[in-house]
Amino acid sequence: MMTVVLSVWTSLTVYAQNQVEMADTMRSNGKIYVVVGIVLIVLAGLISYLFLLDKKIKKLENLLSRKEPSTK
Amino acid sequence: MKIWLKIIAILLLVYVHVGGLLFDVPHLNILNETIRALYFHVPMWFGMIFLFLMSVIYSIRYLNNPNVEYDRKAVEYANTGMAFGVLGMLTGMLWANYAWGSPWSGDPKQNGAAIAMLVYLAYFVLRGSLDNQEQRGRLSAVYNIFAFAAMIPLIFIIPRLSSSLHPGSGGNPGFNMYDLDNRMRMIFYPAIISWILVGIWITSLRVRLRTIEDKIADLEYGKN
Repeated sequence: MMTVVLSVWTSLTVYAQNQVEMADTMRSNGKIYVVVGIVLIVLAGLISYLFLLDKKIKKLENLLSRKEPSTK
Repeated sequence: MKIWLKIIAILLLVYVHVGGLLFDVPHLNILNETIRALYFHVPMWFGMIFLFLMSVIYSIRYLNNPNVEYDRKAVEYANTGMAFGVLGMLTGMLWANYAWGSPWSGDPKQNGAAIAMLVYLAYFVLRGSLDNQEQRGRLSAVYNIFAFAAMIPLIFIIPRLSSSLHPGSGGNPGFNMYDLDNRMRMIFYPAIISWILVGIWITSLRVRLRTIEDKIADLEYGKN
């Protein structure tokens, strides 16, 4: 009898521990949101890379337009 | 490229990557979650075909009017298209390893895509082997038309004439109700549009770089 009560009590505390509410969105559904985050970081990196390239090319174009003879 | 087009591309890409990973998809045997590859693998090929189409349009325009700007656009659209094709091939092989059991099973669609890419590789070899700008522009423009004409049957027709493992092949039109339901279309079409826009964006950067290169070459030539 004692052991039954004890085991019920322990299982209840374990259950209670599992019920503690935490900000677990990132850990739900097999942590798929973490993958979403990773993919979005890669995407953001790629896009900012394109913008940086754009800036660099703009700079080169300006540099060249100053060097070119004014005939064009 | 206009800034609002870039912003549309970015917003669509974010939507496609979040939705493509999280939204509900049909539950099918063998495919399981890899059905989501449709959102990321197929747009690479659509992007490649669009970029090659732009390339061949500029090649034809170059033949009509030998403006060096058209030649630059033709080669850079082909360059970006090639990069998209390589990504499509690699993603397809990774998927095939788990869906078909091996990365390369000599499937008509795989073979056709590989041959089409080799045909386009020869375009770059041809360009590299000619020094004279006019000659290079004219010959490669003619070859580019041939390459595009060869790609269409290799990718779209031959795989459908024979039995292909690839979804959407083997006698069926690509977009039938078994391959694609309406939920998937809501992500698939934006994915295609956004990647095509990114392809145009990269191409525009490459065209500008090539223009700078040509101008520098002109300056150097003018000095001598």
